[in-house]
Amino acid sequence: MPAQDNYEAAASARGTEKFAEFSDDRKGIVSRFQNQLHATPALVPLIVLVAALVVFGLLLGSKFFSPFALTLILQQVQIVGIVAAAQSLVILTAGIDLSVGAIMVLSSVVMGTFTFRYGLPAPVSIVCGIGVGAAIGALNGWLVARMKLPPFIVTLGMWQIVLATNFLYSANETIRAQDIEAEAPLLQFFATKISVGGAIFTYGVIFMVLLVVVLAYVLRQTAWGRHVYAVGDDPEAAELSGVNVKGTLISVYMLAGIICAFAGWALIGRIGSVSPTSGQLANIESITAVVIGGISLFGGRGSIMGTLFGALIVGVFTLGLRLLGADAQWTYLLIGVLIIAAVAVDQWIRKVAA
Amino acid sequence: MEPILKARNLTKRYGKVVALDQCDFELYPGEILAVIGDNGAGKSTLIKALSGAVNADAGEVTLEGQKVNFSSPNDARNAGIETVYQTLAMSPALSIADNMFMGREIRKSGFMGKFMRQLDRKKMEDFARDKLAELGLMTIQNINQAVETLSGGQRQGVAVARAAAFGSKVIILDEPTAALGVKESRRVLELIQDVRSRGIPIILISHNMPHVFEVADRIHVHRLGKRLCVIDPKAYSMSDAVAFMTGAKEPSQKEIEAA
Repeated sequence: MPAQDNYEAAASARGTEKFAEFSDDRKGIVSRFQNQLHATPALVPLIVLVAALVVFGLLLGSKFFSPFALTLILQQVQIVGIVAAAQSLVILTAGIDLSVGAIMVLSSVVMGTFTFRYGLPAPVSIVCGIGVGAAIGALNGWLVARMKLPPFIVTLGMWQIVLATNFLYSANETIRAQDIEAEAPLLQFFATKISVGGAIFTYGVIFMVLLVVVLAYVLRQTAWGRHVYAVGDDPEAAELSGVNVKGTLISVYMLAGIICAFAGWALIGRIGSVSPTSGQLANIESITAVVIGGISLFGGRGSIMGTLFGALIVGVFTLGLRLLGADAQWTYLLIGVLIIAAVAVDQWIRKVAA
Repeated sequence: MEPILKARNLTKRYGKVVALDQCDFELYPGEILAVIGDNGAGKSTLIKALSGAVNADAGEVTLEGQKVNFSSPNDARNAGIETVYQTLAMSPALSIADNMFMGREIRKSGFMGKFMRQLDRKKMEDFARDKLAELGLMTIQNINQAVETLSGGQRQGVAVARAAAFGSKVIILDEPTAALGVKESRRVLELIQDVRSRGIPIILISHNMPHVFEVADRIHVHRLGKRLCVIDPKAYSMSDAVAFMTGAKEPSQKEIEAA
């Protein structure tokens, strides 16, 4: 090498600093809070939830702060909570599932129709309903992962297809609650109540909470869970690091379909009957819960606990404002504000990276 | 001495474009081989063919004398060839430990690992910390820090540490200093020499002539889809290398034979 001006010697000569020094030199309460949120994204919805409980508690007193009212909120959010858990998985992979509500309704219709039209035993019908949910979910996943179609388009189409199938297949007939109660009570399993003091927990509520706890464990503590985050964060990087991106995506959509089928079963418990016209807003409501829960629509960020908090926030606002005698439109208005605020917070948290 | 990684007559076409034209390649044990070439010369395709990201249309690759056929980057990794891509291939929102073990996580032993599929976080974190410390990437207070909170040099360091930790036979580094400042580049070059001193051969793709001439034992000059010549950095100047690379100067017959 010919002699040259070795400009880099200057850099190495005073290179006494450690290379990988991870000191946090950002000071101040705001930036520390920002870092905290970056590490625990479920913190924002938890704070909002607690604040909402306190405010409504102060305004309404024991009318709101009773075991009965608080567990009523849980019962009202159980269906959306379960569907939102499925939606969370999909959104963590930077996708979206608009067909969740339709899968839920079709699964419940299959469970009801198989029992009453074909006379199959209720457990068999339930397994068939869950199978239908799994199959539709797997088809969604296959179209997204293998055919490389945008999740929004795939599930927008699937929403229409499944909903139309649901109406054609069920002939728009409702199966009455009394018939189910008399002949196939297993279909209403999730309506079973446990009373503790004035608090009433249904199996559906317990299922929702258990589902979220199990998914939180799976996402945090297993390789599959880490892969879900990696795929949502940067699919190319995940692929190069050796993650089976396609397999992960298909399994996520399929699991979402299965969870939606369970939501369909819980839906029978909640409304008593099997109705093909129920649950029409479940897709939008589930996305609302996920977004308010602080999961990023761009994928790879957020925690499923946030989704549970998000669903509960919506439930608390709905019941609280109704007890206050406010017009129901105020609920929608406030939830709209929360959605936009949640996404703004998400963008702000991301700036930690810079 | 037998080359550890060798390629013969590699050919890859993209439509009418010939990215690799019967290209030969050799990497010997314990050396740092730099691959230089102008943009579009086919360096990236060569590297991708060696690391399994691209399937060559013709030609063969041998690793330690055995013919290998990688159909995915995973195959190459399993064979002991680790690649640090220019994009680093890390998930920014995940932690350093998560990224180091992405795709090869360690599960706990016993019931929790076998049936509950629980990851052994402590083991992975300790391993990651050890590997970073081994390469002098010391004073990591928080191995669970998200990668996106690290500086460019730190990320490169983590990516190199990941490759060094798992790459048992060959490490490929694609433009490791291209996005870094002067000081960080210096640290990464030291890191490269550190890895070589452990006996792992390195393929270094770079446009930065001072860096190439500083660390490389041999320089593979790539031009028009094939190896033009291999030069010894001690016997040639940077201007010679650039002249070969751009076609301003033809290598003599002796230089071609040396290749």
